[in-house]
Amino acid sequence: MLTSSPPGVSRRRFLTSTAMAALLAASGKAFGDVIRGTQPFSPFDYAPPETLPGGRWYFFTPDEARTVEAMVERLIPADDLSMSGKDAGCAEFIDRQLAGSYGSYERLYMQGPFQKGTPEQGDQSEFVPRDRYRRGLAALDAWCHASHSKAFAELPGETRDEILAGIEAGKIELPGFDGKLLFEIVLGNTMEGFFADPIYGGNKDMVSWKMLGFPGARYDYRDYVERHNEKLDLPPLSIAGRPEWKTKG
Amino acid sequence: MATKLPRKDVVVIGLGWAGSIIANELTDEGLDVVAIERGPWRDTARDFNIATAADELRYNQRQELMVRPAQSAITTRNNASQTALPMRNWGSFHPGNGTGGAGNHWAGITFRFGPDDFRLKSYLTEKYGAAAMPEELTLQDWGTDWAEMEPYYASFDRLAGISGKAGNLNGVLQEGGNPFEGPRSEEYPTKPMKQPYGPTLFAEAARKLGYKPFPVPSALLSEAYTNPLGVTMGPCTFCGFCTNYGCANYSKASAITTVLPALVRKSNFTAVTNSEVLRVTLDRSGTRATGVVYVDSSGQEWEQPADLVVVSAFTFENVRLMLLSGVGKPYDPVSNTGTTGRNYCYQTANGVQLFFDDKNFNSFIGGGAVGMGIDEFNNDNFDHSGLGFFGGGSIRVTPIGAAPIASRPTPPGTPRWGSKWKSETQKAYLSTMSIGCEASSYATRGNYLSLDPTYTDRLGRPLLRVTFDFLENDLKMAQFCTSKVGEIARAMGPRQIVERPMKGHWNSAPYQSSHVVGGFVMGTDPTTSSVNKYLQTWDVPNLFVVGASAFPQNPGYNPTGTAAALAFKAADAIRNLYLKAPGALVPA
Repeated sequence: MLTSSPPGVSRRRFLTSTAMAALLAASGKAFGDVIRGTQPFSPFDYAPPETLPGGRWYFFTPDEARTVEAMVERLIPADDLSMSGKDAGCAEFIDRQLAGSYGSYERLYMQGPFQKGTPEQGDQSEFVPRDRYRRGLAALDAWCHASHSKAFAELPGETRDEILAGIEAGKIELPGFDGKLLFEIVLGNTMEGFFADPIYGGNKDMVSWKMLGFPGARYDYRDYVERHNEKLDLPPLSIAGRPEWKTKG
Repeated sequence: MATKLPRKDVVVIGLGWAGSIIANELTDEGLDVVAIERGPWRDTARDFNIATAADELRYNQRQELMVRPAQSAITTRNNASQTALPMRNWGSFHPGNGTGGAGNHWAGITFRFGPDDFRLKSYLTEKYGAAAMPEELTLQDWGTDWAEMEPYYASFDRLAGISGKAGNLNGVLQEGGNPFEGPRSEEYPTKPMKQPYGPTLFAEAARKLGYKPFPVPSALLSEAYTNPLGVTMGPCTFCGFCTNYGCANYSKASAITTVLPALVRKSNFTAVTNSEVLRVTLDRSGTRATGVVYVDSSGQEWEQPADLVVVSAFTFENVRLMLLSGVGKPYDPVSNTGTTGRNYCYQTANGVQLFFDDKNFNSFIGGGAVGMGIDEFNNDNFDHSGLGFFGGGSIRVTPIGAAPIASRPTPPGTPRWGSKWKSETQKAYLSTMSIGCEASSYATRGNYLSLDPTYTDRLGRPLLRVTFDFLENDLKMAQFCTSKVGEIARAMGPRQIVERPMKGHWNSAPYQSSHVVGGFVMGTDPTTSSVNKYLQTWDVPNLFVVGASAFPQNPGYNPTGTAAALAFKAADAIRNLYLKAPGALVPA
């Protein structure tokens, strides 16, 4: 498994210009990265993906994790084609995403004022993903307790399906939080987890890629591009390799 | 207070295609050039490492190569009666960041515009009469023509090693190429790409219908190539992690794979990265640029004086910088005066999906510019008499690679989750293909760029506000062209066809294309254009503004080849005209 590294820590400053270096010394302040004479490249220096090791929850409380697992198990149910979204690790994927830079929408423009736009103006919610899950999951459980006297995760599969479909269609309104905002982010993140590279915690054993016939992180199809209308059956490959590569020897 | 730096001959803003090309040309002239880039220095081995480049979550979903909206966003609205709101995450388009710019994650489709495109208003008026022009259109001529542009297109083809097959060599039509293209002075530098099954099937059907399919001109190279600067690229491997990704194979032409490795070694070139230009500074008369002020990543401001200023950022930032610097008069759609922000156009994206039972497209094999196309329904390649619209689109099958978070076609009506969703997804994944129609976007009075009155960036500067909606002309065109695509699709014999012409209002959320153009357009008349045919601003002769911001309207072609050709054109004008006699190159 790849280790985690916050983005940007490997950035280096290259001050090859003596004039610029002198100026920096004179001003005593950081300067933009000045590049002259050669590409700023060091062997084996590269920007790895942001990943976290498994075996624990990073963002979810145990109750939240149970609710999310109960959702992803119905969004992607186990059947002849694949294991469930829960068994594929979609909840772990979401948890790690929320713990990372995605969880706070660090990259996005999140300045106010926040106001409802037209349907053509896209997502205008002030809530970042961590808020959408924390508030949304609490609202979902509150609704389930009020109408079914149980937590969402304690309800039978068919009931959970009905509730999810009701929220998706806007027929069920959750108390105190926009249910559609919750549903859409859970559905989107679940699909990301199921189909993303397994290094991010979902898509266990590359299950979705095997199901589709997607060969994953391969980088060369020159020998296959002109093999038209042919089933290739290429075993998938993750960024982290393939389990059978990790043999003793 | 900005700290003043030693004077340079030239300051270039942005190190994407345009800025890198111009900086390279001007350092060849012996000028001392500093280029300022708001993003980081990008390097293939470090940033697009082959061990980790094939990562859909990171690059396609989380948009790692695009400029962070937290740093630079825009606001959008469909018309002036609405309140513009921020595009909080990139949706409809994907502006880039860092050296190479959007040219790192582009698809690589490298069309030249047609000869008529550069004098579109005159051409259509001469052919159809002034009365046939829909009233909503504010089309303009570019002030240049094919004969002037062709050598610069050829320069870019050689720099980038473009793969393809000529359709017209010095006026003689060539079998297998695009018969509608303008006469080329030379063949493509590298041979056409190999073709996967989908484009091959499309080309067969199109040929049977009497059309002339050709390989899509591609900046993903078919073979190893060493360009005139001595920089070598490798052959494309059809990995399918292409559009929205950087290329780990040095196969996709970008400034970082074709120009910067040579440019950075020149002693008269300096790049300053992670530094954002705040404004171009003018002298008291407002007719001479004195340099730029920029802020580095620590928040420190610097003033870089220069004799010549070249603004070559993305369309949005070019226009925003001009508005923030007070260059030209801001365009006002009510009085129809001013030029900065005028004639903002987009691209009209249409498509047709084909669902088969008995085919296997292996749709994970591909690349952004791998494919076959036809041009019979582009621009004025077909007779528009009586149709009630002008324009058209490039029709093609370009399987960009079907990484499955984003690429999971299912027939309409399929649930979005549950067992039925899963079985339909599995069934369609390898057996579905699509035909795209990247179509024209024409100018109208109400579509424009301006500064937002409410929303600001992290430095407190107003965001750029995009006011845009699709024209009736363009929606009619979309309907017509997509129905023609549908005819080809039916000839291919799929179980089900889904036609998706562009309809309704422009929606800023779903990705359509990054082909945003105009806002600081070139032309012959200072009252309706911002720069002359050399990309020199009318009001400030030592300020050149280069890029797709100069297009007065957008034909049914991808813009990068033309933006890069304009960069060569501006550089040539600076080297051979401006430096000999600094001043206005065209009398206003």
